[in-house]
Amino acid sequence: MQAYPLPPLPSDDKRWKIVNGTMRRHGYARNALIETLHTAQSSFGYVDEVAIRFVARSLHVPLSQAYGVVTFYHHFSLKPAGKHTCTVCLGTACYIKGSDKLLAEAETHLGIKPGETTPDGNISLMTARCVGACGRAPVVLEDNELIGLMQPAQLVQKLEIWAAND
Amino acid sequence: MTNEKLQQIAETNVAERKEYDYELNVCMALGCISQHSDRLKAALIEEVARSGKRCHVRQTGCIGPCAVGPLVAVSPTGTLYGNVQETDVEAVVASLGGEPVKRLETHLQHYFEGQQAIVLENSGQIDPEKIDEFIGRNGYQALMQTITQMASQHVIEQISKSGLRGRGGGGYPTGLKWGTVAKAVGTQKFVICNGDEGDPGAFMDRSVLESNPQRVIEGMAIAAYAVGADKGFIYVRAEYPLAISRLTVALREARRGGFLGNNICGTKFAFDMEIRIGAGAFVCGEETALIASIEGLRGQPRPRPPYPAFAGLWGAPTLINNVETFANVAPILRKGPEYFAGIGTAKSKGTKVFALTGKIANTGLIEVPMGMTLRQIIFEIGGGIPAGHKFKAVQTGGPSGGCIPEQHLDLPVSYESLIGMGSMMGSGGMIVMDDTSCMVNVARFFMEFCMTESCGKCTPCRAGTAQMFNLLTKICDCEASHADLDLLIDLCDVVKNTSLCGLGMTAPNPVLSTLRYFKNEYLEHIENRHCPAGVCASSRKPAIQRMVTA
Repeated sequence: MQAYPLPPLPSDDKRWKIVNGTMRRHGYARNALIETLHTAQSSFGYVDEVAIRFVARSLHVPLSQAYGVVTFYHHFSLKPAGKHTCTVCLGTACYIKGSDKLLAEAETHLGIKPGETTPDGNISLMTARCVGACGRAPVVLEDNELIGLMQPAQLVQKLEIWAAND
Repeated sequence: MTNEKLQQIAETNVAERKEYDYELNVCMALGCISQHSDRLKAALIEEVARSGKRCHVRQTGCIGPCAVGPLVAVSPTGTLYGNVQETDVEAVVASLGGEPVKRLETHLQHYFEGQQAIVLENSGQIDPEKIDEFIGRNGYQALMQTITQMASQHVIEQISKSGLRGRGGGGYPTGLKWGTVAKAVGTQKFVICNGDEGDPGAFMDRSVLESNPQRVIEGMAIAAYAVGADKGFIYVRAEYPLAISRLTVALREARRGGFLGNNICGTKFAFDMEIRIGAGAFVCGEETALIASIEGLRGQPRPRPPYPAFAGLWGAPTLINNVETFANVAPILRKGPEYFAGIGTAKSKGTKVFALTGKIANTGLIEVPMGMTLRQIIFEIGGGIPAGHKFKAVQTGGPSGGCIPEQHLDLPVSYESLIGMGSMMGSGGMIVMDDTSCMVNVARFFMEFCMTESCGKCTPCRAGTAQMFNLLTKICDCEASHADLDLLIDLCDVVKNTSLCGLGMTAPNPVLSTLRYFKNEYLEHIENRHCPAGVCASSRKPAIQRMVTA
């Protein structure tokens, strides 16, 4: 049980209760920091300053440490992602089978670099370090749906469909 | 849970299986799911109901050859169908009891012939989300037998006798590690399963966790009994959501069955575990960094000693083993250490699971006895290089390993032989490259990986990998001189010998091994300003570099 007062939830947003629930389940132990950030990331899609401050205060972790953890791990993002996410796997097997060309194609088509979102907030372009589907390389995650044996033309087609349905 | 009850569950499950004339096992591991094997399974269930045949459609873990997925295995005939689409379900169900569907049959005799399954013995045969099916195939027998009949010291002796070595890549004798933790002083001890499979191009741990999570839980529980721990953690990458969900189901079922919790199998032994999800940091595969991550800190390694066996998680003695190592434990105790020690080479016992990927015909998951030659693995099981290209190198050990050329393909695979060739066993990824790959570019790819994944704690790794990456980029851009190459070689030596953890110590390996076997390619870039494979010239600044500078 924590011996200090808990901070109030940042807003009425129900998702804060989910985040708080994770911390409660771990008894507000400091080592629940990463677990809690996972919950925040999956609930909100990103971890912003409000979230970091809230989690750090609740768990009695120095803000610098919480911020350090968020920026250390690739999984947490400080900015919201676009409506659609296109993640190109850059694992070795995918690289050998030409995922660099896929990424280049997507970059030229969208006019953005990996880690960025199109100005209209529609599509985010991401890279992954290996999603473990190397048997079907090269692979791309289209909104978390894994597509194997991807061809550049096929990828561009999907990006066009996303852009058209915006 | 008692022995009788365990027997009873197993018998019920076997009897249930006998009620069906046929079984259709649909592969529902990540590779096949990406080709909608989930929808295929639903369609098969519907079609079976319509046909009225006594057939059980089951979701299973990885069957192996991802290249020809989605896969459906027919039991008892043993036919394996590949590339099965939803439109094929009628033909597949109609063929039950008759001639197999010719156009869907896979012809992979060579793929399966050389393999020997210990870790993957149930993979592709049981539903990973049903504990009864696991028990029906001798599951939890080893745990029951261990904690009711064996002293913890005896368990460690058996593991030592089997010759099992850490499957995460280091190859440290597992029995010795267990013995050290068992002897370490402390009231609280921990068991950690390292499922942070960061090596790009490797997916053995994912497959094991997706196909047979109970096996890993059983192995961990036995380890906990042997070393005297009562709490465990299993650390899985966030990139493997399917493995995490299967494991969550498995943990719930194991608790319900009384294989986790208090008074396991009616004894005083208590053990429970939690899943910890990684957050995308390659360095967390290093044991001290992984411990830091479980503690909620940045995943930065610390100097050893003290080793985790003495002071690990929260300062308590901690046993850390890889997923595959734990998956080997139950069969060793069930079949006896002599059985396991009878497989493999003098110093590397048992089997090893490899992920076969890259420019090879049969990509997929394989398990072979140690001591098999790389040539057998690549050209017999893997089916060789497709599209008339020529084999150039096989990369093992991920970013810590090296590239092995044609002339060394006849050496038997073992921990020692791979290190002798300038590579390492690693967790088991094998990426085959053909003549369209530029080895300098590959070395640069790995260096870029190590540079971005370096945690930044020690200078040789943080600064050294960045400098090496710049030098390799210069070579790839055909702008380097001989002095640059000499500097690169010097840097390799410095980073290798002065880094804090395994990431830095092994980061130069891809460069060193490509220099050892493919120096002519480096020289060609430097002297003739030309890339022999035609990779570097055509895309002078590949996308990956722009990403780093961004």
